[in-house]
Amino acid sequence: MTVEEMQRTTVRAPEPGTSVSVLAHPETFSTVTDQITSIVLKRPTPLFWYLAFAAGVAGVILFIIAVTALLYGGLGIIGIEIPVAWGYLITNFVWWIGIGHAGTLISAILLLLNQSWRNSINRFAEAMTIFAVLCAAMFPLLHLGRSWIFYWILPYPNTMTVQPQFRSPLVWDVFAVSTYGTVSILFWYLGMIPDLASLRDKSKSRLAYAFYGILCLGWRGDSHHWRWHKTASLLLAGLATPLVLSVHTVVSFDFTIAILPGWHSTIFPPYFVAGAIYSGFAMVLILAIPLRAVYKLHNLITVAHLNNCAKLMLATGLVLAYTYVLEPFTAWYSGDIYEMAIVHNRAVGPHAWTYWTTLICNVAIPQLLWLKRVRINPKPLFCVSVVILYGMWMERFMIIITALHRDYLPSAWSNFAATFWDNALTLGSIGIFVTCFMLFVRFAPMISIFELRELLPFSNPAGGSMK
Amino acid sequence: MSAQTLYGVALEFDSPVELIEAARAVRAKGFRKVEAYLPYPIEELDEILPGSDPVPLMVLIGGILGGLTALAMEYYIAVIDYPINVGGRPLNSWPAFIPITFELTVLLAAIAAFAGSLWLAGLPLLHHPVFNLSEFDRVTDDRFFLIVEAKDPLFKDDTIRNSLWQLNALRIKEVEGS
Repeated sequence: MTVEEMQRTTVRAPEPGTSVSVLAHPETFSTVTDQITSIVLKRPTPLFWYLAFAAGVAGVILFIIAVTALLYGGLGIIGIEIPVAWGYLITNFVWWIGIGHAGTLISAILLLLNQSWRNSINRFAEAMTIFAVLCAAMFPLLHLGRSWIFYWILPYPNTMTVQPQFRSPLVWDVFAVSTYGTVSILFWYLGMIPDLASLRDKSKSRLAYAFYGILCLGWRGDSHHWRWHKTASLLLAGLATPLVLSVHTVVSFDFTIAILPGWHSTIFPPYFVAGAIYSGFAMVLILAIPLRAVYKLHNLITVAHLNNCAKLMLATGLVLAYTYVLEPFTAWYSGDIYEMAIVHNRAVGPHAWTYWTTLICNVAIPQLLWLKRVRINPKPLFCVSVVILYGMWMERFMIIITALHRDYLPSAWSNFAATFWDNALTLGSIGIFVTCFMLFVRFAPMISIFELRELLPFSNPAGGSMK
Repeated sequence: MSAQTLYGVALEFDSPVELIEAARAVRAKGFRKVEAYLPYPIEELDEILPGSDPVPLMVLIGGILGGLTALAMEYYIAVIDYPINVGGRPLNSWPAFIPITFELTVLLAAIAAFAGSLWLAGLPLLHHPVFNLSEFDRVTDDRFFLIVEAKDPLFKDDTIRNSLWQLNALRIKEVEGS
């Protein structure tokens, strides 16, 4: 029997709690290495990639134009006014940062929980996190109005002798988001080093060899290096787990610390975290479904992966639905007329359409995920994910607009109307995300190769029964 | 090839079981300067080829430093450097300082984990003698290598060194130094 046959035929007792095998059919070490490295090094770039990249770059150009207009014209060119001083920009910030959360959940929390199916999807989910945080972080800076002096919010010795106010959640946000972005990049890059070494060793051209050789830092697969690598990955996962929960908690503090009815609520941190993971899984599926079709990854990203992601999406969606029920209940139970007024106003006020769109997109339509036919069928699952992602944007928009547009005094009431520039910035940020993600797919190993090798029963003499 | 420029002897395997058996056998012969190279981590090798793992300690120190730095910075700025009376609350309103303390704890601990694990491994490194081995490009794919280094005291003993050839390796080759 050749070693390739042994790699294919070795069986391992199923891990407790798993009913399906993670990979679709028997693989060997070299088939997984070749399949993933060839996407970067050998195969012709598919037409899909060029189209998606072109669309992304068009979005980047739109974004550059919109930012130029915003910096030149000032905040007056977008829809915000008093009393609705937060608009699309803050909505986009909360939406994007929430999308990132599923990537960290997959890479960190599922690693600690020993969910080996994550090995097929963690790498591109982490990349999604990084690019989502990148998009998110731009919006508060643009919202500052005078974006060029954003660094005033950082504590540093300065000639103005002023310092940031550490009792403000807006300052907490700066630290939370920058820490989240940094830790996500470190975790992603550390995990990618052995796979970049695979790309180095598989590369045929001198340029690719030098490029990946430098990026992999000279990795040589030394068993002690692997040990430190593994310890560091597990510790980073342990650190990222509370971090990811803290980030959207701090984002929700931006709202709850204000005394505004509709914002000032203790339910917000879990509400925001559940919504973040919900929208993030929708984005993971929106990325995974076309990728597996275009790059023929059906053997690695199987129906079981789609099913698991859909189940997690359904679970977090139900948590979110619970908070949707609890919000009006808390308002009614408090007996506070302002709290009750905002619930009433959300349901029938001038911006009621945002509330009902949110409920339809986030609660009603996702109930289709109870059906296994929807969960294992890429097309309907893709459509449900798009609906959820849109619904989650609408939810953040609804929370911001409806709470702000009716203040305590009727003389301060007003409505919100978005302008062209609001939409241009929003679409442009999607373009930035798509551009970054397409570059990642083209030039980096989008699936973790060494973690797939660990999935092969042949790989682990202690854990598998050898033939 | 002169003896001075010899880095060691490399044994090549195509299965993790054979690598582990060979690593045990080589250790049993008394070799200490032995290193395994493989395409994914195997925990069993940590016991066979012992070494320390100071990464957790580095992360702990990084985390403690991060937390203390954050608290000290917030206390200094909010109480000494730029005190502002917010609704009569105490200047040292430490519960409000906790979110940033947490974030910086995580940040420095994470940087310690990343930088520490690479620093221990001596990476980044432009070249290493093992790359002189022409088959070594498969270590990131499907091959397993065990390299007995020439600086091991037993390496000078011809009978013991020649006994490496009795192990069940696919290929045995000398690795040139630097």
